[in-house]
Amino acid sequence: MNTVRSQGGYLIMLTLLITLIMSIIPLPLMVVAYRPDWTLLVLIYWALALPHRVNVGVAWLNGFLLDVLLGTILGTHALSFAIVIYVAGANYQKIRNFSVWQQALIIGLFLALHHLLVYWFSHFLSDTYFLPQYLYPVLPGMIVWPWVFWMLRKFRRQFSIN
Amino acid sequence: MNLLFGRSPPIKLRLALAVILSFVFMGVDKYTGSSATLRAFLNSLVTPIYYLASLPEDSIDWTAEQLRTRESLQQENQQLKSQQLLQNEKLQQFAFLKQENDKLRALLDSPVRQQGKKMIAEVMAIDSHPFRHLLVINKGALDGVFEGQPVIDDFGIVGQVSSVATTSSRVILISDSTHAIPVRIQRNGVRSIIEGTGRINQLKANNVPHSIEMEKDDMLVTSGLGGGFPEGYPVARITSVEHDLSLPFAQITATPIAQLDRVSRVLLLWVGSQNNEVPQEAP
Repeated sequence: MNTVRSQGGYLIMLTLLITLIMSIIPLPLMVVAYRPDWTLLVLIYWALALPHRVNVGVAWLNGFLLDVLLGTILGTHALSFAIVIYVAGANYQKIRNFSVWQQALIIGLFLALHHLLVYWFSHFLSDTYFLPQYLYPVLPGMIVWPWVFWMLRKFRRQFSIN
Repeated sequence: MNLLFGRSPPIKLRLALAVILSFVFMGVDKYTGSSATLRAFLNSLVTPIYYLASLPEDSIDWTAEQLRTRESLQQENQQLKSQQLLQNEKLQQFAFLKQENDKLRALLDSPVRQQGKKMIAEVMAIDSHPFRHLLVINKGALDGVFEGQPVIDDFGIVGQVSSVATTSSRVILISDSTHAIPVRIQRNGVRSIIEGTGRINQLKANNVPHSIEMEKDDMLVTSGLGGGFPEGYPVARITSVEHDLSLPFAQITATPIAQLDRVSRVLLLWVGSQNNEVPQEAP
């Protein structure tokens, strides 16, 4: 166990639950292709801020829940999240040093990696073919990252989650 | 401060574990029949999340309903009344035609078509993941919903039930890239199979020879072959027919009749004695 007791675990779970809800809220068809990957963004934030609390295990579990909610083949989002969070968690000290807009670029890479991974798994397991709109959520994800970052940092400090 | 070292399991081990677990689940989901029960169980577990997710929309709908003016309600009432009058007139004709049709069928010794049970279901969520076009509806195994059940809206075929949880179920749309539905052209009865493309407003017909007569704006209705869907419901309208003779088959695209992108209420069909009509194999 840690020397200082970790606290606020249920608050982290709450943020992730909210993102799961936000990923399935019905939206108009016009904007639905651009829905940012809320769950992955929030997971990346926690993996960078508290790498000892949120890493591959939590990411896998949330990805699995998302698979169940979205009806995709079980394990595709889970594995993709686990890999992305592994990369983020392995480099959290480097990424933390960037400014938030530079971080947004790296987040874009992570999001693109996630979508490509999900596409590859789905392609191997069922006959889906690549459409450019599979990558549409990347740009909105990059744009909302600074706000996700600031909001969650405020949230984390407010409730002194560590 | 938190310790950086000496904590249980290292991150690479966790990743390996995650990879193995994911592959196990993918394998189970893809290659074994037990995934239906697994999914039904998991879907029942996450149903509360669907209810939470549909709360904002429901409350907006409710507020909009509460804020409507008396005039607009009266107007709508008028409109519905005149619509009902027109439809009642059609129903009178329909009753007569049905009776006549049943008589003719009896004369021909064909089985008389039966009207099955119907049930209205509300759409709780639309899973618009590009690979999967799914709806979640608020009726489940407790209401007698079964896998493969046809689902329609007020215009045409929406899709079929793909998995059932206790109080909710998933409907795979006809536009999903893994969905195909047997149809025939209303005009001349030519049979074909229409597949989803992964785009919500586009379907395609594969393996149609150049010689087959299909034209733009032809209406495609369910053929009832295969036993999954009842016969005669509108599915799609052909939007383009291209004969590129360098390709072995004609390129045919169609657009769904049902309003897949804005469906909020659907109808579940129980086709009368559906399971008994499956043709027996000849001995």
